[in-house]
Amino acid sequence: MLKKLLLAVFIYSFILAGCSTTGEKTDGASVEDRGSDSSATSDSANTTGLPGVGTFKGDPLDNPASPLATRVIYFDYDSSEITPEFQEVILAHGQYLAEHQATSITLTGHTDERGSREYNIGLGEQRAQSVRRMLLFQGAADRQVEVVSYGEEKPVAEGHDESSYSQNRRVEIVYKR
Amino acid sequence: MGKPMLKKLSFLFVILFSPHVWAVLDIEITGGAVGEHPIAIVPFSWEVKTRGLATDVSGILSSDLSRTGKFALADESKFQERPHHGDEVDFEKWRSLGVESLVVGRVRPGSNGNYQIQFQLFDVYKRPEASDGGPAEPEYKLKQVIGYSLPSSAQDLRRTAHYMSDLIYEALTGEKGIFTTRIAYVTVKSQAKKKSYELQIADMDGHNPFTVLKSHEPIMSPSWSPDARQLAYVTFENKKSQIYVQQVDTGKRTLVSTIRGVNSAPSWSPDGKQLALTLSRDGNLELYTMKLSTRKLRRLTRNSAIDTEAVWAPDGKSIAFVSDRSGRPQIYRVSANGGRAERITFLGNYNSRPAFSPDGKKITMVHGNPEGYHIAILDIESGVMDILTDGQLDESPSFAPNGSTILYATASGKRGILSAVSSDGKVKQRLVLQQGDVREPSWAPYRK
Repeated sequence: MLKKLLLAVFIYSFILAGCSTTGEKTDGASVEDRGSDSSATSDSANTTGLPGVGTFKGDPLDNPASPLATRVIYFDYDSSEITPEFQEVILAHGQYLAEHQATSITLTGHTDERGSREYNIGLGEQRAQSVRRMLLFQGAADRQVEVVSYGEEKPVAEGHDESSYSQNRRVEIVYKR
Repeated sequence: MGKPMLKKLSFLFVILFSPHVWAVLDIEITGGAVGEHPIAIVPFSWEVKTRGLATDVSGILSSDLSRTGKFALADESKFQERPHHGDEVDFEKWRSLGVESLVVGRVRPGSNGNYQIQFQLFDVYKRPEASDGGPAEPEYKLKQVIGYSLPSSAQDLRRTAHYMSDLIYEALTGEKGIFTTRIAYVTVKSQAKKKSYELQIADMDGHNPFTVLKSHEPIMSPSWSPDARQLAYVTFENKKSQIYVQQVDTGKRTLVSTIRGVNSAPSWSPDGKQLALTLSRDGNLELYTMKLSTRKLRRLTRNSAIDTEAVWAPDGKSIAFVSDRSGRPQIYRVSANGGRAERITFLGNYNSRPAFSPDGKKITMVHGNPEGYHIAILDIESGVMDILTDGQLDESPSFAPNGSTILYATASGKRGILSAVSSDGKVKQRLVLQQGDVREPSWAPYRK
């Protein structure tokens, strides 16, 4: 509810800003100056920067440019080790959870289809647990992070080849909102 | 004869009278040697008025017996006579065909609209005992091995035919038959992005499938109780793994394990009083045993590796399981009371999903090598391991209750199907469901 209200205020201020720009234009002021470096300000008009432009003011979870936008961690065959390329992503999620103690997530662990199903439940669990341990290390609380291993039962790619397998060896970070 | 040949035999049976039957399975013998015991099965006479098609009782016998790989069925087109009772048999005609055993029979009207199936099994070469001077018995009576008259409802004809196969098989081999046993397995169908999982129970030849559980979330690891009256399984219907025990006859079920984390890989103790299972409640996958009457848990393993897929040895004294404590999954064995585990597989670097043979002397498993994941069998005492199959993704092997055959799942094209291989690797067959995926078969023990 609060979030929706904030969003409404945000949009409203954006519309207002747009109106004021139009107003300036009729005054014959230089449009190029708007929002630019303050050193370029002329005496004939006062320019103001549009608040929020260029930075993201919503929930960082919704920012497509944030490492938090990455919600799937991929793994090597029969491994539950987190590869360096995903460390930054997991650190970001861990920090976010530490800062938002009311938020909780489910980590679902998955494997490719090779080998036995129950062993793969074990492997999916270990993958999810590796991610969980890193999140807790960043300050996330135990109660914020639930783990479910689906093993090979929920593939995202159905092929019987390495390109499918590599997409299926994963942990998904699912935020509960 | 005896030369291994790739034989493609297809038996399609039409079942009537049974309204819930939907998926007729196509059974193909995909490879193997022709059996050594020559037998002739004369098509039974059908002496009843029926609506629609008759159940091919003798056809079911032929299919059951030929699939064991132990029999060579005589070619029907060469039969010189078609007797339906012993007193009509000219044994010389069958000897000239090289037949050792002969089955004749007929389906007659029984009481209350039921059927009465009469059949006789003969040893064509059996010589009469020295005469004691009494009146001479007819030749067929001397040569009869077994003879039965069995009542059957129309609905039960298939099952009655399988029971006859059991009687014939046991009389000829000395080993108990498996034709009236059942199998459980999981099917998966995709409908408009949503998946539908079903736990089904069917006859061992795939007929009469019956759905005992349906869910949009995965169902895994069905495990039969030793009396074949209950099934333990894993479901994700509540978005986490849980173990249920379900009564096969009533469909009633009980949630037995829903601890935080993994609740998986249930397996029954031979006395039916305990389950072995895998839990991650202590932060890592470990094996536990649970007394079903009290739900009391006892931890069996303490190891930072994956420990799972516990199965009880038939004598109840030990438990085999999978662990990657050596770096790669291998099979270990531990006393059912816990203690030190002993590694028992050393071939290759991927061995999982163990299942004991009914005599406890062998373990079948999934064996991974660079060519794929195959079904293998280990002789526990000698340590000799044989690889029985050559599929890419073979999985979930389980023994028939007489130990003769191993049922498993394999991939055929993009679909999962069931296959069976004889324990000596000689006979292979496939059970193809007409739609969807089939996986995780589990052969029921003899019903007690």
